[in-house]
Amino acid sequence: MASSMETGIESSASGSRGVGTALGRNARPRREATAPYQRLADEDRGTGGESLSDLLGYFSIGLGLAEVLAPTAVARLIGIKHPNDRNRTLLRLMGLREISSGVAILSNQQPKKSVMSRVAGDALDLALLGATLANSDNDRGRTLFATANVLAVTALDVMASKSLAKQPETSANEQMEKGIIRTKRSITVQRPVDEVYAFWHDFQNLPRFMGHLESVRMTGEGRSHWVAKAPAGKTVEWDAETTEDRKNEVIAWRSLPGSKVYNAGEVRFSSAPGDRGTELRVMLDYDPPFGKLGSKVAMLWREEPGQQIADDLRHFKQVMETGEIVLSDSTKRRGPHPAKPDDKPVQL
Amino acid sequence: MKATCWMGPTRMQVREVPDPKILNRRDCIVRVTSTAICGSDLHLYNGFLPMMEPGDIMGHEFMGEVVEVGPDVKNLKVRDRVVVPFPIACGACRACKAEAYSLCENSNPNAWMAEKMLGHSPSGIFGYSHLTGGFAGGQAEYVRVPFADVGPLKVPDTLEDEQVLFLSDILPTGYMAAEMCGIKPGDTVAVWGCGPVGQFAIASAYLLGAEKVIGIDRFPYRLQMASEKAGAVTVNYAEVDSVPDVLKDLTAGRGPDHCIDAVGAEGHTHGVQYLHDRAKQMMRMQTDRPIALREAILSCANGGTVSVVGVYTGLIDKFPMNAVMNRSLTIKTGQCHAHRYMRPLMDRIKRGEIDPTFVITHRMSLDDAPRGYDIFNKKLENCEKVVLKAA
Repeated sequence: MASSMETGIESSASGSRGVGTALGRNARPRREATAPYQRLADEDRGTGGESLSDLLGYFSIGLGLAEVLAPTAVARLIGIKHPNDRNRTLLRLMGLREISSGVAILSNQQPKKSVMSRVAGDALDLALLGATLANSDNDRGRTLFATANVLAVTALDVMASKSLAKQPETSANEQMEKGIIRTKRSITVQRPVDEVYAFWHDFQNLPRFMGHLESVRMTGEGRSHWVAKAPAGKTVEWDAETTEDRKNEVIAWRSLPGSKVYNAGEVRFSSAPGDRGTELRVMLDYDPPFGKLGSKVAMLWREEPGQQIADDLRHFKQVMETGEIVLSDSTKRRGPHPAKPDDKPVQL
Repeated sequence: MKATCWMGPTRMQVREVPDPKILNRRDCIVRVTSTAICGSDLHLYNGFLPMMEPGDIMGHEFMGEVVEVGPDVKNLKVRDRVVVPFPIACGACRACKAEAYSLCENSNPNAWMAEKMLGHSPSGIFGYSHLTGGFAGGQAEYVRVPFADVGPLKVPDTLEDEQVLFLSDILPTGYMAAEMCGIKPGDTVAVWGCGPVGQFAIASAYLLGAEKVIGIDRFPYRLQMASEKAGAVTVNYAEVDSVPDVLKDLTAGRGPDHCIDAVGAEGHTHGVQYLHDRAKQMMRMQTDRPIALREAILSCANGGTVSVVGVYTGLIDKFPMNAVMNRSLTIKTGQCHAHRYMRPLMDRIKRGEIDPTFVITHRMSLDDAPRGYDIFNKKLENCEKVVLKAA
């Protein structure tokens, strides 16, 4: 026993870190199996990692719209019995402030600062409500009720900003300030690494499982020409270059500077443990119309990028393992009589 | 063609719908000769399984004649007579290679829906909601069978439809329920539910060497069948105060070594507990009534097995985990990996070790499917199993 303890200390001193040093040498996990996993804010989910702050973002926009569009009604609600023009202008300004912090929260990949702006806004709201309370013409009951509500929301804002502050600062997505969205997805395919790598390496195969791609053509010198489907039957085209290519390990590409569409991707291949085939990890950067907010709207139609990549990877697995994408009658046609397949698959 | 369509809870209609087509290279089209209504179809019929759309074609127990094969199907030809297992399985993924066919990783095109509800997706299933793929079912004149080179089992002409039809689901399901128990000589097995799966679980437990099998139900005709045909000692739970007490008595205090839940989501009992579960279900505070499961857990002998093949559709309440943990119970469960059992069970049928036709109480034409659902659901006319003749 003593000797195994000693070897454990030895190995942790010699390596950068020790993993499973209480175990005898033979029982220790492989180094590759225990690579540390750090959940990067938002990155592994595409969008929607911070549900509380998202909720507050939607709340901000809703309240802001109410203040801008119906200031009189809002004024009455918070206890101002006879709203004048000054009240209305002030409420409209507060409304604009709410909307801007809401949009900032929803469109940011790491909305820490934007949530802080809500806390500052709450302080302003409370000060104004205090002034309202001081005026004896107003309905104090309503104003007190409104104040209690603002206090409750302030508590949520502080909670959200605290929990966001705990998330590690990521350098994962340097381009997030520009509104670039990064998503990651992974899947295991029951095929050897070299086969999986070879299939992906020929970009012309990508449209076989990537639903939004029309075609990819290799144009030489690591360059490729991509044609993707766009709404209303249109297409978008761009050229990309391969930025990294190591056999059976990684393929990375990026749209050429000046392309209409920004798009960069990386797929990593590694052998899955036991006889489980190949682990595939895809990372995709793209520039959705209207940033993260746009991608949240798109999610309503299931166009959210993370889901799109998950579907594509599942289809990739089907193509590699069974030869083609598996269809059911309902993937061919929605609604009654699913046995009636027309010839155009539904884009899920 | 004609097909049995789900038009809403308890609303089945036989409607004229377009014929199925080959969609994938490994598909075949089967002209259905015999099909059956499954107890699990009743969960759909009663609206307990989400993700049904009006017009969905029902049915996952069917057999018939191959009338068209896709270009990549090499083992079947037109006019072959086949019985088709209810899970759809690709035969190539890790789950299929491990013979866990109902966990096929590739056969559910709507896996994303299932992942949202279940965490991970099981295989596709014929006629069993969009959660398991939105595949049209076999209570129809024709049906498309994906991965036809993996699922369908060729049937010799010496066997009648009714002898082999149940290889599609309920016979393998009942058999797997018993197999999961790991029965040893001298073991007593209790089976909740004497529907067709329960009957086959009782019979299979004997095939696998059980000393005594106890069948629990409330319908005298079902208990009579369990006793006369499958050989069970029967307990009518409506006539006793406490099923666990009776089971203790029948085993001199030990409790059954293994307990099989062949009831699932729509369990029933008398008294306050049932009203409580029913009310919660109606208020959507739980989706399933796990009455049989709770009793099975509480009745099971220390260190025993609780084998669950009754279908659950959502969340359950008041699950006696303390009994499971503190008494070292093993819970085993799963949709049947039917492909694994079809051939060996067909061999047992050929050798006369079991005659699965004993569960059939009603034979009717496909046109009468809505009436079949109604009497099976309400347990009218001593209904145990309805076979529909499509042609």
